[in-house]
Amino acid sequence: MLAVVFPLGALLAWFLSTLGSGFSLIPSPGEVGMALYDLAFGGVYDDAFSETLVTHALASMSRVFGGFALAAAVALPLGMMIGRVPLVRAILDPTLQLLRPVPVTAWLPLAMIVFGLGPRSAFFLVFLGAFYPVLINTVFGVRSVEPRLFEAAAMLGLSPSASFAKVVLPAALPSIFTGLRLGLGFAWVVIVVGEMTGVQTGLGAIIMEARQLSRTEIVICGMAVIGVLGFVSDKLVMLIGQRLLRWSPQHG
Amino acid sequence: MVEAILDVRGVSKRFAFNGESVTALTDANLRIEKGEFVCLIGPSGCGKSTLLRMVAGFESVSDGELLMWTKPVTGPGPDRGMVFQDYGLFPWLTVRKNIGFGPVARGRPAKEVRATEERFVEMVGLTRFADAFPHQLSGGMKQRVAIARVLANDAEVVLMDEPFGALDAMTRERLQAELLEIWAKQKLTVLFVTHAIEEAIVLADRVVVMSPGPGRIVADERIDLPRPRDPTSPEFNAMRRHLGGLLAGHH
Repeated sequence: MLAVVFPLGALLAWFLSTLGSGFSLIPSPGEVGMALYDLAFGGVYDDAFSETLVTHALASMSRVFGGFALAAAVALPLGMMIGRVPLVRAILDPTLQLLRPVPVTAWLPLAMIVFGLGPRSAFFLVFLGAFYPVLINTVFGVRSVEPRLFEAAAMLGLSPSASFAKVVLPAALPSIFTGLRLGLGFAWVVIVVGEMTGVQTGLGAIIMEARQLSRTEIVICGMAVIGVLGFVSDKLVMLIGQRLLRWSPQHG
Repeated sequence: MVEAILDVRGVSKRFAFNGESVTALTDANLRIEKGEFVCLIGPSGCGKSTLLRMVAGFESVSDGELLMWTKPVTGPGPDRGMVFQDYGLFPWLTVRKNIGFGPVARGRPAKEVRATEERFVEMVGLTRFADAFPHQLSGGMKQRVAIARVLANDAEVVLMDEPFGALDAMTRERLQAELLEIWAKQKLTVLFVTHAIEEAIVLADRVVVMSPGPGRIVADERIDLPRPRDPTSPEFNAMRRHLGGLLAGHH
């Protein structure tokens, strides 16, 4: 209950602040609601934005989940190797640590040169944004397995070659899930920037386009939809995590 | 002479510490026969845990020979099960699956594994908690699981490193009694590290007294009191005084 009091209060404050003044740069909640309806179903303004929400949302989601999946596919095995194989760690870790402080947005100009104007740059930025959280948490997870568990496994007759699958992986799972959650969150953060690089579709693209046309109500619609989609996808990962990590006092 | 299940012959252990060689244990000799319950007792730094970890195969021997059934110990193995003070349970496995870990690791058929799990869950009285995870258990229950998983794996020798040190007094007494019962029934050989004189006298056939600086064995006393032993009896107290004297160094 308390969780809805604050947003309802904020909504009311927003409504009251736009009330009375004839012209405002900030649209009222009603205008935004109307715009959102038109964006989704059309039939109100019938302009270039009408009925385009699903297209844009699907475009953004495919980039977010695609970039995230690719990031996970690269960062998970890489993180496990950096964490457990000293040679791989010695070769790759310094370089990766050096590149880590570079903000994802700083890659934008370079991405545009390499991948051109368009969705591939956005995809790359999402990949980059999700990559580091997954990598770092995976490395941390596989490195911080309690040594005692290896001893327990060895005295119970587990062969050293089986200890990765039977001990390291399950022990690292909570960290890996934290990384995946953070990575997916970053993917949603980065998508707007990524889609500002001359992409035709996507929630970032309509926000940019609406800004240029001073259609602030559309900008707010885009923000709200990103918020909801990001929230739902985070909840989804969390649910999967809770199922798999029932054993962990911090997760189950 | 009966063949010893464990034969420690002139074993020493040196560690490198800050570039210097530190002797943790020097010239230890110990023969243990099958079915014996032996306690290693001594203050910290006497090398009792080091000796136990060498028998387990977690540490290598610097000098001397460590034999099990006349074969040198080269590494950890399921014939020597270890019970740790901090349990060392796999937190992602239920009680049942923790107990089945060894048989699964050794590739036993699934049907046999299930039967083994069932049998040992029951033996340690955790049937109601068979599907609970370790973090949902009390310390005493966790240690029961740790003992059960070693037994479920057909360990011939059970090595115990201050297993009841972190438990409250009542739980400790109950687990001591349960351990003795299981030891007698399963004809186990137990090597048990403790720093509590009373615990050693309650449990052991033989108490091996160790001393630090450098770690070494100073005495090997047989306890002939009938079980269950009464800690308030004069004989028990006499033994306590005797071992206390050995530990204090005036022998």
